[in-house]
Parts: sequence; structure tokens; C-alpha cells
Amino acid sequence: MELMTRVERWDITYRHALGETASWFFAQIRDRKQIYGRRDPKSGRVLCPPRAFSDQTLQPTNEWVPVGPRGKIECFTIVYEPFKDLPEPPYAFGYVLLEGADTAIGGYFKGVDLSDGAVAATRLAIGTPVMTQFAEHRTGDVLDFWFTVAK
Amino acid sequence: MSGTRVGIIGIGQSEFKAKRPDANYPELVREAVTLALGDGGLGLDEVEAVVCSLAPDALLGIGNAERLAVDAVGARNKRLMRINTGGSTGISALAAGHAHIAAGVCDVVLVAGADKVGECGDSQTILNKIWDPTYERSLPLGTITMLAMSATRYMHKYGMTEQDMARVVVKNREHAALNPKAHLRARTSIDEVMASRMISWPIKLFDACPQSSGGCAMVLASESYIRARRREAVWMTGVGSSAESYYIGDRMGNGYAADHADAQALGEACQRAYRMAGISDPAQQIDVGELYAPFSNTEFHSIEAAGLADRGHSPALLKEGWFRLGGRTPVNPSGGVLCSNPIAVTAMVRVAEAALQVWNRAGAHQVKGARRAIASGNGGDHQLFGAVVVEA
Repeated sequence: MELMTRVERWDITYRHALGETASWFFAQIRDRKQIYGRRDPKSGRVLCPPRAFSDQTLQPTNEWVPVGPRGKIECFTIVYEPFKDLPEPPYAFGYVLLEGADTAIGGYFKGVDLSDGAVAATRLAIGTPVMTQFAEHRTGDVLDFWFTVAK
Repeated sequence: MSGTRVGIIGIGQSEFKAKRPDANYPELVREAVTLALGDGGLGLDEVEAVVCSLAPDALLGIGNAERLAVDAVGARNKRLMRINTGGSTGISALAAGHAHIAAGVCDVVLVAGADKVGECGDSQTILNKIWDPTYERSLPLGTITMLAMSATRYMHKYGMTEQDMARVVVKNREHAALNPKAHLRARTSIDEVMASRMISWPIKLFDACPQSSGGCAMVLASESYIRARRREAVWMTGVGSSAESYYIGDRMGNGYAADHADAQALGEACQRAYRMAGISDPAQQIDVGELYAPFSNTEFHSIEAAGLADRGHSPALLKEGWFRLGGRTPVNPSGGVLCSNPIAVTAMVRVAEAALQVWNRAGAHQVKGARRAIASGNGGDHQLFGAVVVEA
């Protein structure tokens, strides 16, 4: 018996409002190559990326704190499989605790030879010190920066 | 525990496959519903309410597909709701059904759903969209990469190796070979897993769940209905859930409430379920676990969250044979999520399999003498967790 299929495509464009907190954060990256976290007054924790309120204490955050450019790797992965509409592999990314922050921010790890996964994993081991690099042309996006392994 | 005792009186599962070109979405739901009603010996007319178990719409490509399922579940003129908590949807749907009966609102609730995960071609493309457009959508995050990052932290914290991960796959495929409903049923070896292609370090192809299609349905009923009609049943004696905050980066660094290596909120969900069921020592009192783990490494922190091993110790116990059929506390005797992942219902299948175990109806993958089981579900960015204790 013949079984048919029908093709449908979703192609939807959104213009997401980023809010005051994230907008200020991205403007500093674009204009001054400086990353900021935001402090929760109750616990003293500096949240990066910054949010208007703390996940733990639920209090509004109240103070901008410059963080980085140094940091350390908190977790990573190295992708070898191509996924539709995601970047061409191989690439490495993960989360970095920037100096001055208490939470980790996501970003790519560049400049590491990824041809051997097991070897690359040792280069990106948790605790590895990294340095933030900024793109020459920045638009106010998380892709304006990435991390390289520090000496 | 207050409220009416809630029993499971009927269970229906598809034989999970990669694709179902022979059935559209409502037809797959109907397939599971027919099996569950037949198993329970009742008709749709006795069902008072329906909970539709349905995860992100984009996987099916139909907005609010539960509306299409109304006909399949006989919900015209009845109470219907759709529950979505990502991968834990199926167990949350059962919790919603349970709550209706425990509160005395209904006597009989049907919980049903289906998924066709491969129809969109690439589930990671869809799952990438669950990340926050403000800070994280630009990154190539998906469920595989997110849980590969959990693996790197768990390796760092507890010394887990890639061979430990492969051992989980070997165990679960052995189990699935005995389960006619499972999708991936081929036995494998540590060498074969290690040689399979790398997806997202350290997760390889064989460490990852398949994209599965199929349905699952369960009929829940009040104790008074069950006694009045002299039905056979097993009992949902514990139901718990817990949510984790959104940002993965908050589960690391300084002063975190939970570590991304572990499954803290799952532990809270299990503890709540155990408290309700009156279980104080799960390692002793639980006979079998059906624990949601779509990647081999995640079975470890799930076993630990379920209290079946101390944190970081489950890889060593797995090596000693604790968690396989015939071992101390078999985990995923059905083959688990590693062998079948029809996302919208996967967490319901965990409870279904746990129920079959304590009901002594699990056939070739039966854990001998099982009377108390724990089932779990995980959803979102390792964020929405549910746990159910099922007892004979």
C-alpha cells in the first residue's frame, strides 16, 4: 500500500526584546570590550550573564560589576557531528567562570587543535585558565567574544 | 499521605521504531489508547478526564497537537489538558492525572500521548530553540551538548571514564534485547561503543538515545472504582517533582545550589516521592528503577539521585553488576531511554515499565520478585524532574 508524506517548513523571524539589563550588558561589550556581571545584594553573588533578579534569592540585582577578561573553564564539550542549522564541526564550547563573577557564562573555545578529541579534552580540562578575546567588529552579541587557553 | 489511593489499571505502549509512515499523530495516540483500554478492560465511556502528554510542538510540527488528539482519546465533552515539561512530560502528565483522582475530582483518568521524533529530520535543531534568545541561542546548545558538558564535570568530579559510559550502553542493550517494545535491541560491546563515531565529546553515537516514534497510554483509577469493579491494579504510592533554575552556568562556579555534574533537583523529586510512599531507605527498599537517561553518562547521576548509590559511586557499582538484570537493583530493565526515546511519552514509559515490573508482567525482562519500583523523568535544560513510586 502506498504511504504518502507532505513537506511543511517553518521559517519564522522574531524580534526579541532583550530588556534593560541585557541591553546595557551588550552595549558595554560592543562599545568598551568589557563584560559585566550583576550583584545580588542578599547573597553577594555576581551573576554573569547578568539578570535583573537572582535565581536563588529572588531579589532584584543592584550593582554592575566588571568581570574578566581572565577566567577558568567550568565545563566543555567538543562537537564533531554536523546538525542542521548549527555550525560546521569540529568546534569546542562550554562555560567559563570569569574573574569577579560567581556564575559561568557560555562561549566558544578557539585556538585548540580539535583533531584528536581525547587530547583536546585534556587541553580544555576543567579548571584550565582562559582569556577572553573580543571580535574587532562587535554588534552587541555573545558571539562578540570567545575564549582562548591562557598560558 | 492524604487523599484517595490511585491505581494503574491499564497500560499500552507501541513497539517503538524510528519512523511510523503508516500512521499520523492522532492514529499513533489511538494505537496506545486502544492497547491501554484493552489492558484495563474498560471503554472510553468510563474515562472522565484525559491528560495529553505532549512535549515541544516543534518536534511534531503541529501547534498544540493535543487538539488533534481529542478524537483519538475520546475527550469530546470531557475535561482535557495538555502537559509539557520537556523530556519529563510523560511523568508530569501522570502526576496531573494522579492529582485529579487523589483530590477526588475524578475516578478514572486516561493519560495518553505519542511522538514522531524523526519527522523533522534533526531533533537537535528543534531542541536548540529551548535556549534563551538573550544570552544563549547564538551558542550551538542542544540536549546532547548540554549533557556532554555534564559528563565533563562528572568525569572531573568523580573520575568517570568513557569506558564507564560504554558499560551503561552494553547493559541497557542487553535488557532491550529482551523487550519487544524497545526501539534499539541489538546487543553491543564496550569496544563497539568506544569505536562508534564521536558526536559531542565524550558522548558517542552509541552513548546517545535514538529518535523514536510511537505512543503510550495509561489508565489511572481511584481505589473505590478499582474495588467496586474488582479490577487488578498496581499503585502510584509516591509522586514527586522539582524544578531547577534555568541557567546551566549557575550550576557551577562559586556558591552554586546544584552542580551540573549531578541531578540535584531529580534527587529532590525522588525524595518527595519516597516520603509520600513511606520509603526511608531506597537502596534497600526499592527493587527496580526505570530512570530517565537519554545519554549513558546521565544514568549515573540519575541512579545517585534516586538514592540507589552514593554520589559518584554508581560507575564502580555498575562495573560490579549491581544495576543489570539479576543484579542488586536492576536499572532500566526495559533498555531505558538509551534504547527508546519517543520524547513526548518517554517519561510515561518509565512509569509503565515500572508498573509492569511490580505487576509481574514484564515478561523476559522481569525483575524477579519486584514489588516496589522508582520511575523518573528529566526535562528542559536538565531542569524539570518528576519521580513516581509504583508498588504492587
